[in-house]
Amino acid sequence: MAGELALIAVSAIFVNNFVLARFLGICPFLGVSRKIESAIGMTMAVLFVMTVASVVTWLLERLILVPFDLQYLRTITYILVIASLVQLVEMVVQKTSPVLYQALGIFLPLITTNCAILGVAILVRQKSYGFLETLTFSLAAGVGFGLALVLLAGLRESLALARIPRAFQGNAIVLVSAGILSLAFMGFSGLVRG
Amino acid sequence: MSSAPSTALPAGEGLVAPAPSFSLAELGDDFRRGIWQENGVFKQMLGLCPALAVTTTAVNGLAMGLATLAVMIASSSSVSLFRNLIPANVRIPAFIVMIATFVTVVDLSMNAFAHELHKTLGLFIPLIVVNCIVLGRADAFASKRPLARAIADSVGVGVGFTLALVALGGVRELLGFGSLFGLSIFGASYPPFLIFVLPPGAFIALGLMLAAANHYGATAAKKVGN
Repeated sequence: MAGELALIAVSAIFVNNFVLARFLGICPFLGVSRKIESAIGMTMAVLFVMTVASVVTWLLERLILVPFDLQYLRTITYILVIASLVQLVEMVVQKTSPVLYQALGIFLPLITTNCAILGVAILVRQKSYGFLETLTFSLAAGVGFGLALVLLAGLRESLALARIPRAFQGNAIVLVSAGILSLAFMGFSGLVRG
Repeated sequence: MSSAPSTALPAGEGLVAPAPSFSLAELGDDFRRGIWQENGVFKQMLGLCPALAVTTTAVNGLAMGLATLAVMIASSSSVSLFRNLIPANVRIPAFIVMIATFVTVVDLSMNAFAHELHKTLGLFIPLIVVNCIVLGRADAFASKRPLARAIADSVGVGVGFTLALVALGGVRELLGFGSLFGLSIFGASYPPFLIFVLPPGAFIALGLMLAAANHYGATAAKKVGN
């Protein structure tokens, strides 16, 4: 069991990295990767919401959607859970820890439209994972997202000082760098099957 | 979301004044703007998840673009119709539920009538819900405009998105397989440049296309300047 969970984690972080191999969460990947600090803030917020959201949707799927034969309401249910979770997290964090709110504040509303969150919830359902597998998978997906985000932020901090051809300035060079990063991550393929 | 011009209708006006407050020229502008000037993928870097993920071939890009276009037209029209009934502070959840409804319709219909395509696009059909372009146009444009203009805008932006996906899919398919829409272009002797249909190729191809667009834009601007 522990071995299986480790395989799920390694696969989600490195082999099928959410950003670089599955293309989930590209908007924040390009949007908040200008500085390493903001990349880490975004990662923390995503990691938290992603884990809670996939556990809650897992429970809803098992306890309500399947027993009452309501699977066609899945997309609507999942997105409502995510949107209200984001709202809830924002309110709780604001009341309990103003410092953390300052750090995460601006990233929280952005998370609702982060497709990595909804993507994890749907993937968990497609793979029909159990509870522990769901927990591991969503945590690892968040870590993988953070890894890619922080790596790209590091690259972009050096790019800011580099001399870049005029046509490539702005997003073009960032996309090409992300491509090279993705190429490096392809080295992990074959490490874990599936 | 500040891209909308400041001609927003005051709340409630649509209910009092049903007379059309737009002209055909305006509708044409709303449509044209979305094709290139406000193109989601190339100009605003929005909706990139599906744009990068499913564009291994031109056909996949076309299918994804059309599915998004259908959701956009339906959601923008209903947002525009209900714009005076939805309180401003709960508008985002309301819009998301509307969008999710139409995505479910598209998802189930594609599963029934285009099963193979549905399998290829897989995860990214339900993920149209969180496509920033769809929510962005609903909130920034359709929620403040009459029905006809909302439709013109959503068709323009949706077609612009579809064209971007077909272009990206076409470039990747041409370089990766030497074919276009499944038809062989370079012949059987073409050594497939596989990297372009693998994930890194998506980033690199879009980066190169953006650079080409930047270069072309700069050259065109220089000509206008002279």
